[in-house]
Amino acid sequence: MSDDAHELDTVPDATVTDDLYANPGLAEHHWRPTDVDPKMEKRAERQVATLFGLSTICTILFVVSYFTVDKTDTFAGLGAQNLTLGLTLAGALLFIGIGVIQWARKLMADLEIVESRHPASSSEADRAATLESLDQGIAESGIGRRPLVRNSLLGAVGLVGVTAVVPLWDLGPTNAKVTKEQPYPGAGLENTIWAPGMRVVRDVVGTPIRPGDLQIGDLVNAEPEGLFNGGPDGEPLEGVALQVGKSKGAVVVVRMEPEEIIPGKGRENWSVDGIICYSKICTHVGCPISLYERTTHHLLCPCHQSTFDLADSARVVFGPAARPLPQLPLQVDADGYLVAQRDFDEPVGPSFWERG
Amino acid sequence: MDTTKVANTNGTEPAIAAKPSRAGAVASWADDRLGLATMAKKNLRKVFPDHWSFMLGEIALWSFVVLLLTGVFLTLWFTPSMGEVQYNGSYEQLRGIQMSEAYASSLKISFDVRGGLLMRQMHHWSAMLFVASMMVHLLRVWFTGAFRKPRELNWVIGCLLLLLGTLEGFTGYSLPDDLLSGTGIRAADGFIKASPVVGTYMSFLLFGGEFPGESIIPRLYIIHVLLIPGLLLALVGAHMLLLVYHKHTQWPGPGRTEKNVVGFPMLPVYAAKAGGFFFIVFGVTALMGALLSINPVWKYGPYDPSKVTAGSQPDWYMGWPDGALRIMPGIETHIWGVTISWNVMLPILILPVVAFTVLLLLPFIDAWVTGDKRDHHLLYRPRNAPTRSAVMVALMTMYGLFWAAGGNDIIAIRLHASINQITYFLRAAVIVGPVIAFLVTRRWCISLQRKDNETLLHGYETGIIMRSPEGGYTERHLPLDATRAYVLTARDRDPVVDGEVQHEVDGNGVPTPHTGRLSGVRNRLRTLMWSDNVQKPTAEELDAGHHHAEHEHELQTALDGHAADGHQFDGHHLVEDEGLRHH
Ligand code: HEM
Ligand code: FES
Repeated sequence: MSDDAHELDTVPDATVTDDLYANPGLAEHHWRPTDVDPKMEKRAERQVATLFGLSTICTILFVVSYFTVDKTDTFAGLGAQNLTLGLTLAGALLFIGIGVIQWARKLMADLEIVESRHPASSSEADRAATLESLDQGIAESGIGRRPLVRNSLLGAVGLVGVTAVVPLWDLGPTNAKVTKEQPYPGAGLENTIWAPGMRVVRDVVGTPIRPGDLQIGDLVNAEPEGLFNGGPDGEPLEGVALQVGKSKGAVVVVRMEPEEIIPGKGRENWSVDGIICYSKICTHVGCPISLYERTTHHLLCPCHQSTFDLADSARVVFGPAARPLPQLPLQVDADGYLVAQRDFDEPVGPSFWERG
Repeated sequence: MDTTKVANTNGTEPAIAAKPSRAGAVASWADDRLGLATMAKKNLRKVFPDHWSFMLGEIALWSFVVLLLTGVFLTLWFTPSMGEVQYNGSYEQLRGIQMSEAYASSLKISFDVRGGLLMRQMHHWSAMLFVASMMVHLLRVWFTGAFRKPRELNWVIGCLLLLLGTLEGFTGYSLPDDLLSGTGIRAADGFIKASPVVGTYMSFLLFGGEFPGESIIPRLYIIHVLLIPGLLLALVGAHMLLLVYHKHTQWPGPGRTEKNVVGFPMLPVYAAKAGGFFFIVFGVTALMGALLSINPVWKYGPYDPSKVTAGSQPDWYMGWPDGALRIMPGIETHIWGVTISWNVMLPILILPVVAFTVLLLLPFIDAWVTGDKRDHHLLYRPRNAPTRSAVMVALMTMYGLFWAAGGNDIIAIRLHASINQITYFLRAAVIVGPVIAFLVTRRWCISLQRKDNETLLHGYETGIIMRSPEGGYTERHLPLDATRAYVLTARDRDPVVDGEVQHEVDGNGVPTPHTGRLSGVRNRLRTLMWSDNVQKPTAEELDAGHHHAEHEHELQTALDGHAADGHQFDGHHLVEDEGLRHH
């Protein structure tokens, strides 16, 4: 016990050393009605038991509604099953909670008790003894006297972590590997599935688009036809190939008055009759963009409101994006459908270090 | 005492030994094997002080337990796979559509598992409650000074819990693989790719190849149900152990000192209240799950990397970095064949890390500035640490403004302002706002301190209006009763005399400051910390104040020769057998 006895004497206590008013000491205990009046006590007891009883009823109702309420039933616009299960569960839990707290407040002894504090630190004696043992242990290990052993151990332990880190390399193929091996069409950050002569088709349905299908002011969400027929035997892509293909290949096609377009340098023949095509993937952090204001030709990203001027090479006019949307060079194929002249000239989507 | 059960004879009849209680028997059985009594002896009747603000941490604790329970329930049906399936469940609108198994199983939980939707909604609501209550709990700890020695490490653990809780929420939010959560992952991929040098490598390793790949959901799943909950559980345990070891802080009050702790014993009262409170938190979550829809994933549709929902918003606790991202100007450097995306790096990779580090270090910075090496177990009111309170309000203001920026599109629509204006305004506000908040809070606290002193010196306002012989009206002030006066003065006196910080003061634990390269900075910070504070009155000031008050008081009642001290009527005072005092 002598250890516990070391007191907080080193702690100057503002409330003691600087007393303007003496600490009045613990307030007098007041007896509650339930402490002195047996009738009140009985009443509180009944109240608490009633609460527990209500909880039991709720539990029973929970089970009943589980087996009787159908998943298609509704009540006041809410799913009846969720509602009945939820409300009965809530009741079963809340009544226990309220009951227990009521029990504590009304019936359990409410005498405050006082405990003294001890410093978080150990006693001086313990501290000294521990340090001594520590020193002794270190001395007996000889770690101080044998630097060769110590240093080679430190080196080995430091290095052994490498065995945990290196295998993480196989968590996935790197960009370089994917780009080289092309496990699916358009693999790698520098590529997309777009290729010379690939048709621009409407998303979801995959129908090709003729210039005449578009009115001035229209915006069409489009995709590369390769998503619908790019498999080895001309079947639709699926799985990772499809998802990656979409995530880089999605485009928007808009039509405006040809003279409204301010073509970028070297992009004079990238549009067809005022029809112009851009990557749909925001150059900020990669949300697909959708909100088009036809009068200003502004395309707004819903994620962080970057705004691109589609008449002016998708220049950023507002927001946190730093680069224009990549433009897809368009032309019309022999059947009169819109096709890509070739893949994008630059990587689509968010920036990355090696992008240059 | 019931004497029938003790030995009642030493005659020829055998003595009847007292039978131990049932609970006692179980305890003895366990102690014979585990020897727990030594530890339990100290802790069963451990004292816990009572105050409503101490419940905030408890809400966090219990909502964590609710998360564990509902989360385990969800794992029974959730399939963490990105394999494509055709949906054939009972939600009409999506039938026949290709989607990931993860999304299909979330729909199954929502529509075909009885109570599944309830569990999903309870899980999500308790996640909101968990993060929110941790934040408010953190504020309580800061504003009342509970972070000071010896509790700094528990502050650090608490900060880690907040960080992990946020990450846990993000990973969970991503699991159903609906359009909204997929968009969140898409943005996260953009953040990762913006990291210098290693960005694309980290992205490809995390996603198992090129975004979106087919590995991210299973990987997030194991992080969500095993890795982070394990860490959270360990840290919550450590947090509680330290709490018990340090014993809870308490408010100054009659009988409370730095050296004791006053309150109800763990068994039975505290255990009952805390245990009952668990059921209440659990029940409230059930109520919310029953009545309030949250994250209706079926409305968003399955994730499709070429689609987006308008007004994309993350869960609210991810809102502030998102806001920073929105108002950051679009700056990118292209140099030596590489791209540095300041527009993403600064708000997402640098700002939150800096903010978190500052938060984590606050107690240590504070201790360095004050040089205070004492233990503190008594709390203070926020007004009595004006600079500390002002620092936290400044941080809160910055948080709030970034958070508002995360809804700049919504604000623009509501206020009919252009989003450009709102963005320019917020860019300035996130810097100016916290400064203003700091100054205002500090002044506000200091005036409240002044008001406390007025009350101490001149008494409190009784609400009794006196009419003087000249016809003027004054309100009668009366001295505080002993307990209230004690509580108001039970606080530290800062080491300041006439606005000058006294570095040599000792016995207050403040060491002399000459050492160290940064001592100049430190001295200036100390001046900022304390010099304008209003100190509690000295004994002489108190005396003078009381004399003055008494004098006035006599003058005012000179008419009838009685000094009605007014205590009789104000409800602060017992009036039995006390007549009007005569002077
Ligand atoms: C401790 C903090 C935790 C937080 C903050 C958290 C948060 C979340 C959130 C926000 C969701 C999305 C819910 C939705 O609307 O669908 C979620 C989903 C999920 N969580 Fe947790 N969770 C936590 C712990 C756990 C634990 C311990 C488990 C299991 C052992 C778990 C299992 C799951 C599962 C299986 C889902 C997917 C269910 C679905 O979306 O249908 N969670 N979590
Ligand atoms: S992703 Fe488009 S603005 Fe951020």
